[in-house]
Amino acid sequence: MATSLSGLVTPPIVAPENQKLFDMVLELIRRTSTDLPKDVRLSVTEALEKEKKETSGEYALKVIQKNIDIACGKSQPLCQDTGSILFFIKTPVAFDQITMSEICQAAVAKATELGYLRQNSVNSITGKNSGNNLGPGSPTLYFEQHRDNNIDIRLALKGGGCENVGAQYSLPDTRLGAGRDMEGVRKVVLDAVFQAQGKGCGPGILGVIIGGDRSTGYSYSKKLFLREIGDKNTDPVLAEFEDRILKESNEMGIGPMGFGGKTTLLGVKVAALDRLPASFYVSVSYMCWAFRRLGIKASVKGEIQQWLY
Amino acid sequence: MKEIKLNLPLSESDVRNLKQGDMVLLSGTIFTGRDAVHKHLYDGKTIPVSFTGSAIYHCGPVVVKENGQWIVRAAGPTTSTREEPYQATIIEKFGVRAVIGKGGMGQKTLEACQKFGCVYLHAVGGAAQVLAEKIVRVSNVYMLEEFGSPEAVWELEVKDFPALVTIDTHGKSLHNEVTASSQLVLDKLIGKSK
Repeated sequence: MATSLSGLVTPPIVAPENQKLFDMVLELIRRTSTDLPKDVRLSVTEALEKEKKETSGEYALKVIQKNIDIACGKSQPLCQDTGSILFFIKTPVAFDQITMSEICQAAVAKATELGYLRQNSVNSITGKNSGNNLGPGSPTLYFEQHRDNNIDIRLALKGGGCENVGAQYSLPDTRLGAGRDMEGVRKVVLDAVFQAQGKGCGPGILGVIIGGDRSTGYSYSKKLFLREIGDKNTDPVLAEFEDRILKESNEMGIGPMGFGGKTTLLGVKVAALDRLPASFYVSVSYMCWAFRRLGIKASVKGEIQQWLY
Repeated sequence: MKEIKLNLPLSESDVRNLKQGDMVLLSGTIFTGRDAVHKHLYDGKTIPVSFTGSAIYHCGPVVVKENGQWIVRAAGPTTSTREEPYQATIIEKFGVRAVIGKGGMGQKTLEACQKFGCVYLHAVGGAAQVLAEKIVRVSNVYMLEEFGSPEAVWELEVKDFPALVTIDTHGKSLHNEVTASSQLVLDKLIGKSK
């Protein structure tokens, strides 16, 4: 993972030969901030159909649906909190990732200037806003190599409200009577949903990592947001677990925005990492309904081949 | 659902007549205010504006300048609980009649709402475009240099800004009710119910 840990705030200069890659990343940011992917839209529509009529929960979902349409039509940020900027990039072997990360930084600064991103990067010591979303840790770039000649670049924007309701548990958890088994995992995940109430802008989507350490647990839990809402886990045990958590979370009746109602969560994604014998973490990331995630498949020169999602 | 139209500034009886579950449409001047300004005011500092009868909106908007004019591009609510330590004092000291935000607030704010006549209005979180459309213009901005754009106090003219009363002046809170009912279900699900 490469981040701008140097504290760089001046956007890097993009060389003329990289203009296409820059334009591509800027367009990815614009679309991600203003247009929700099909699977999320479908999921919101289904939730609205299910909700009891003339209730606060139904009202919230109607506003949400209207908001999705306006944002897309006007090409303006769906939510004013354009969130943590998380790039997941796969590149061919020997592709220059340093230049790619500079292109992403430059595109982030430009997108902020154009109002697709809010000025969202605050120095934690001085409280000063960098004004262009560049600073230590922003944006966050996860690089991977793959044996393919093309680039696969995905972007997720995750707002602070939902980030704040994420939770990490260390099993056993005596308060919840949760042991080191799947039943224990189930208890803490349901507790995380309960604790979140409406504060994470529900109906939300959970990314849950069982195992790992404190950092891999959280970072992999965010990678799970690259999965589509309606897909099925390839592991049958986890697939069943995801369905159960979704069903039981919705039984809690917290509902859209915490107003009460039938849909508390739109989806649950779970994966497991190996752990140390001494540790058993469960890391839960909560994504709000404004689940901004898009991707592009492109050539190394930045010629877009396909939009993902 | 029935909608109640209200013009700012609000009187004490305006807000005392509201009940949890009412839908309101606000028109007039509101002020954004979030973490930095709440701490600033709580610490006894001031800003050159009167909040009497007004609404404080927990919001850090996306604002751009076009041809010398401020334009709000997105303006949904931010999570209100972060202001819980400060809100009651600010309601009392500055005569605020409505707090707009999301996610609800705690006991201290609920008691201040009862005692001093203020309501908590829940806007739909994430609905930054629906809500930005209700902003007619940006009248002024305060503390922009000091706090940065999201934390600055933006004085906004709104028309029919929609929100749900979730904490009223009668001690009722939708948040307390939903938390209590979901707690019962959770206890059952994880085997903690007696």
